Amino acid sequence: MSPIVERLASRPTRVGDWAASRKAPIRLALTLAASASWFLLALVTLRWPDVGDWGRGPELAAGAIFIGVAPIAVRALGGFWPSGAARVRRATPWLLALGVFFSVWQASTAKFAWLPQPFFPPPHAILEVFTDDWAKLLQSVVASIKLELLGFALGACTGFVVGVLLGRSRAFGYWVHPIMRLIGPLPAIAWLPIAFYAFPSSWSASIFLIGLTTGFPVAVLTWSGVASVNSAYYDVARTLGASRAFLIFKVAIPAALPHVFVGLFMGLGASFAVLVTAEMMGVKAGLGFYLQWAQGWAAYANMYAALLVMSLMCTGFISLLFKIRDRVLSYQKADLKW
Amino acid sequence: MVSAASLATDRGVAGASLEIRRLSHEFTFEGAPLPVLSSIDLHVERGEFVALLGPSGCGKSTLLRLVAGLEPPSEGKIFTEGKPILGPHPSRVVVFQDPTLYPWRNVWDNVALGLEARGTLKRRRPRVDETLRLVGLASFAKAYPHQLSGGMAQRVALARALVNDPELLILDEPLGKLDSLTRLTMQGEIVNLWRNAGFTTLLVTHDIEEALLMATRVVVLSERPAVIKADIAIDKPYPRNRGDAELVAKRREILGLLGFEAVW
Repeated sequence: MSPIVERLASRPTRVGDWAASRKAPIRLALTLAASASWFLLALVTLRWPDVGDWGRGPELAAGAIFIGVAPIAVRALGGFWPSGAARVRRATPWLLALGVFFSVWQASTAKFAWLPQPFFPPPHAILEVFTDDWAKLLQSVVASIKLELLGFALGACTGFVVGVLLGRSRAFGYWVHPIMRLIGPLPAIAWLPIAFYAFPSSWSASIFLIGLTTGFPVAVLTWSGVASVNSAYYDVARTLGASRAFLIFKVAIPAALPHVFVGLFMGLGASFAVLVTAEMMGVKAGLGFYLQWAQGWAAYANMYAALLVMSLMCTGFISLLFKIRDRVLSYQKADLKW
Repeated sequence: MVSAASLATDRGVAGASLEIRRLSHEFTFEGAPLPVLSSIDLHVERGEFVALLGPSGCGKSTLLRLVAGLEPPSEGKIFTEGKPILGPHPSRVVVFQDPTLYPWRNVWDNVALGLEARGTLKRRRPRVDETLRLVGLASFAKAYPHQLSGGMAQRVALARALVNDPELLILDEPLGKLDSLTRLTMQGEIVNLWRNAGFTTLLVTHDIEEALLMATRVVVLSERPAVIKADIAIDKPYPRNRGDAELVAKRREILGLLGFEAVW
């Protein structure tokens, strides 16, 4: 063997040895640093007085100490709960980053006001919103979920039916296709003034707008899914004695479902924008309304809290749709984990 | 050259007869009519195994689609058991070159497709299990098509056809895309299934050896528009040996008919 080949051959083991011998001390240092960053947050919170009037400072410090103790405790006692310990170990770099982030945030807002006030509230001000205004936040998020679900379900069902009919019926396509081409690409928000006037309530108008936003991509993708079904699938079913209904419900629709889900994802993403806009413009409930209301009172902490809740809600909806898709399309190999 | 159709088997006959009379068909291609089949006359007895051989693109598969009732012919008539064929019917089942299994259904549900489509699945569930055993895939009932090999998928397609107890089994190059060893195995399997069940079989292939090993009759078609060039009876018991002198002679004869006498 030539020296180069020999060196190349021995390389992986050397890297492996290096990794093994260095890994343990790095892990220990990481654990200690993660703990330290949260103790630092507690220290910054308690050591200096706030420049403004915000509550829940002591509670934040207590929480920070609790989180700071966690990595060390898990390291010491992880043997009793191996799966949990593994999760905490994986999350340690994030714990460190968040601890540092919160400490800097705390110092630059409440303690030294490096960032302009009141636009950047400190973390314990946001914590205060959750502890003191949770009832109103909860009410808002429930209202938003209700509006979104109703509008999305209505739009998705309508879009699905329209898409299937476009794919299977020539007469339906003759009349509906031009209308859809004209109206579909129009942003639903543009309808807002008319919708609020034409519908009995701004709430029903918003359901219509969310449905419209959802329905268009669902209809187009369902249509393309039905249209692109392998014609041999129909031949097979027809030679076996399938009726027209069987061809639609047992062949066309299942074959088109992967496309339908792409449409549902597009519609869901677009519908969030309409939901928040509608709540800000007319509906007197929901997270969008809460945001608007908080802005009116210059309650910036409430705005950040509502934003956080809103993003959790949206990501929750997306996750739920992914779960449903993975279940319905379980025959496929999973290609993307959300 | 044309010999009378003869049955090489001695089993109970459950197949349907087939009568093709002055059948012509054409497609429209870029605005102009494209004749594919020209005045085909063919009579198939109950329980026969007829192979249709011909050059690529000669219209063999079109002929099968017409027999299956998937398309109406431009001219002429097709009868089965004396009745005209006006549309697809589950007594005439097609196995295509691609297995065309539904990817969203597992093997069992794919095989059950025909029974489900006609609403008889509830009564005939055991028939699905039985057919899966027949093609040797009972242990794969829960598998999905993307988990199957090419040969297994084609076996499922075969089971999906056989579960309907067809009187006429239409095979459109069903082994065309399989590797040569799987092909040999499945040639024997299909012949056994046919001999045991007694349905009439129509096989399109462009593999002369396959036609000679499997069929009781080989019908040779010309290039497009296809006419019947020869109708050759293969009166040999099964299993056949590909080295058999008579089969080798017939192979040479057919190659000659197709214009390949030079390669032999």
